Amino acid sequence: MKRLIPLTAMMMLLLTGCSVEGALDPKGPVAEKQLDLILLSLGVMTLVLVVVFVLFFWVIIRYRRKPGDEIPEQIEGSHKLEATWTIIPIVLLFIMAVPTVALTFNLEQEAKATEGDMVIQVVAKQFWWEFTYPEEGIVTAQEVYIPVGKKVVFELSSTDVQHSFWVPELGGKKDTNVGGRNVNYLALEASYPGTYKGKCAELCGQGHALMDFKVIALEQPEYDAWVQKMLTPAEVTVETELGAELFEAKCLSCHAIDPGMPSMGPNLNGFADRMFIAGWLENDAENLVKWIETPEDVKPGVLMPGFKDVLTREEIDEIVKYLQSLH
Amino acid sequence: MDWITTVDHKKIGILYLVTGGVFFLLAGLEAILFRIQLMYPMNDFLDAQTFNELVTMHGTTMLFLAALPILFGFFNYILPLQLGARDVAFPFLNALGYWTFLFGGLLLNLGFFTGGLPDSGWTAYPPLSTEYSPGFGMDYYSIGLQIAGIGTLVGAINFIVTIVNMRAPGMTMMRMPLFAWTAFITSILIVFAFSAFGVGILMLTFDRVFDGHFFNAAVGGNVILWQHIFWIFGHPEVYILILPAFGILSEVIPTFSRKRLFGYTSMVFATALIGFLGFMVWAHHMFTVGMGSVANILFAVATMLIAVPTGIKIFNWIFTIWKGSLKLTTASLFAVGFIPSFTMGGVTGVMLAMAAADYQYHDTYFVVAHFHYVIVGGTVHGIFAAFFYWFPKMFGRKLNETLGKITFWLFLIGFHLTFFIQHWLGLIGMPRRVYTFLDGQTGWNEMNFVSTIGAFLMGVATIILLINIIITAMKPKDAEADTWEDGRTMEWAMPSPPPVYNFKQTPLVRGLDAWWVEKRAGNDAMTPAEPLGPIHMPNGSILPVIMSIGLFIAGLGIMHHATWASIGGFGILAVCMIIRSLIDDPGYYIDPAEIEGKEVKAS
Repeated sequence: MKRLIPLTAMMMLLLTGCSVEGALDPKGPVAEKQLDLILLSLGVMTLVLVVVFVLFFWVIIRYRRKPGDEIPEQIEGSHKLEATWTIIPIVLLFIMAVPTVALTFNLEQEAKATEGDMVIQVVAKQFWWEFTYPEEGIVTAQEVYIPVGKKVVFELSSTDVQHSFWVPELGGKKDTNVGGRNVNYLALEASYPGTYKGKCAELCGQGHALMDFKVIALEQPEYDAWVQKMLTPAEVTVETELGAELFEAKCLSCHAIDPGMPSMGPNLNGFADRMFIAGWLENDAENLVKWIETPEDVKPGVLMPGFKDVLTREEIDEIVKYLQSLH
Repeated sequence: MDWITTVDHKKIGILYLVTGGVFFLLAGLEAILFRIQLMYPMNDFLDAQTFNELVTMHGTTMLFLAALPILFGFFNYILPLQLGARDVAFPFLNALGYWTFLFGGLLLNLGFFTGGLPDSGWTAYPPLSTEYSPGFGMDYYSIGLQIAGIGTLVGAINFIVTIVNMRAPGMTMMRMPLFAWTAFITSILIVFAFSAFGVGILMLTFDRVFDGHFFNAAVGGNVILWQHIFWIFGHPEVYILILPAFGILSEVIPTFSRKRLFGYTSMVFATALIGFLGFMVWAHHMFTVGMGSVANILFAVATMLIAVPTGIKIFNWIFTIWKGSLKLTTASLFAVGFIPSFTMGGVTGVMLAMAAADYQYHDTYFVVAHFHYVIVGGTVHGIFAAFFYWFPKMFGRKLNETLGKITFWLFLIGFHLTFFIQHWLGLIGMPRRVYTFLDGQTGWNEMNFVSTIGAFLMGVATIILLINIIITAMKPKDAEADTWEDGRTMEWAMPSPPPVYNFKQTPLVRGLDAWWVEKRAGNDAMTPAEPLGPIHMPNGSILPVIMSIGLFIAGLGIMHHATWASIGGFGILAVCMIIRSLIDDPGYYIDPAEIEGKEVKAS
């Protein structure tokens, strides 16, 4: 019985929905359907567990050896009983198999982009995410903006090793495959505005644990405003002039700031509005200096070299000032 | 010296158990280390690279060098006794299998001394395991497992031939103990699965060492090809580990319930069916790789079907206890403790099989929880049950029951504490194989902390088991032949430990649970099927060790591009094979008169 307590506790938590996140707190239709399937299977499986546990504890308590026990009858088996526990599981499996088949087909069907669907290309790299909006001509990284209430088809691939694209609150994951073939499509939709955690789910090297991204769902007008802003590059002012020059000299070989430009490292257009550096570290001046000086301390295995010995602290401060002007 | 040259199945069994046990401790220690790292958010106890290495080594060592060899140890020791055979069919090969396993395992762990352990997970997905894993770590993985895999394959073929050919008169297939049946099906699975894996890691070796292109997408290879090959092996591997545990339960529960196994026939067919279906479901590990809905659905439904034969087994064990007379010793505690724990692993298995829902579970701690419920709740519980059950048969001494029961309870509580909570962690979004996690995520800190405490408890339980073994080893050998009093199979009809030649005269089997049948008929020994005569025994040989050392040298030579070392290593192997082929080894005979004399002396 002891082992049933955590199980009931888990069910209670599920029912009350208090302080849960991830797959248990769906914020879009895909995750909702998946949670329904999860709850159905959990229900059926709890029933199975209860039956097994009750029988189990009954036999080990009732049939414990007592002094004076005789040799029990050597029962060979029972066709009736054995048929029972063959047929009932088959029925239970059928109950779970039908919605599984339906939803699996349904999700795959949805993922096929048709005319008018919004498509975002996702390229996973060690250890960051590049997002390209082919229609709008925007390339960005780490934080992907989507409009609320609209199906978005993510086109998933990778350029180095296998990664896996997962936004638990919006729906289950798909791998990003290497090599240009085996490109995957995953359709997600956010029902509410908000910021949703995104994760790499496939072991991809040292920085795997911190290969986070965010999905930011905005109402359509706000989303359109974001698109416009991304398409209008920030202007260099007198204050940021020095930083811009240094950036061009030292950073532009890997990073881009033009709206539609892919680059070896993340495109930094609109960087000032990003919530996080490297996908997880809060975006402020102090952290940005830390990142530029010793990126390895922020995310192990990162490809960006440290600039601690290349640039002076003043120069880095100028670059930081410039980056913080990139709205 | 005797231990190095031995071809006796009992000694090789003990060698397997000791070596597997040492690797089990090592892999457990690795787990404790990375659980400490995950005890707090953003902990810096281990760096990311070390964490990845320890996770890889934990998985690889547990599966290839701990669980399977320990099971092989029991197969080796117990199987010929249960079948009434003198030894396994090919004693020389048996020794070769052990030594290649040992040297393959040493090669895999060489990184501990040279720096650079395998770091791409036990699944070794390319290109992470090829172009993106510099150093020798993944070479140790591919070549080490190749050598260890030879041992596994050789062992499995040996068990198949032994079971088919060397059963005592009267022991039809349907009178075999269920442990022998599971050994049989497991061995067949090994032959098919490890062949596929051997080819796979050979391709991986080519890609890494000789610039091969099997898995290099840039030049026409395909990374998903590896995933298919790996899981065509990897999924049956799970059944390879769990079926023997099923067999162990089917021995221990009837013995301590004093009742024959409920539904023996359906248990046999369920075992075979699980083995068969086990090969049909590999792609459920790849639901998110993008195979399309038809493939996903076929593999989903096939996987769910496995629940049916598994359920049959669970209920048959419960109904074996039903109307029986259950004595709770440490062995039977581990055996009955298996049932609820394993069932919980089974139901999450069905949940994982549901493709559309698996998109949420895949590669999260939910999966980690699931397979630990199956492998620790199942296989490891089974191994502990077998260990306590057969220890007196192997070493002539009973392990301390009080300490054993403490081990059981600590282990059980620690196990559930560690892994139950991980289901939840997975559902709220924690991916597996992450070396750290961010602070401030609801529940993550607390649950990871609890999980680590559970791991410590399992560690303490294991230490108590070690103390138990040491204490027991210092006691006199006083275990009786039928030490649990209710032994059913033939190993309990011979002295503990059995003499080198096993049964003096091959026994006659007169029904299922042969020894029980004889006892109920009032006999105090098995009925012999042959007159007393000279017993033919094989000679020991040093060649298996030398051959394995040759392979070890060749493997090192290949990964270092040292041509002469590789040729030299293979040369040693070839010379040994020639010696073995050219020199006749007729074995030797034990004179029955001599046995009689010895036995008189002993008593």
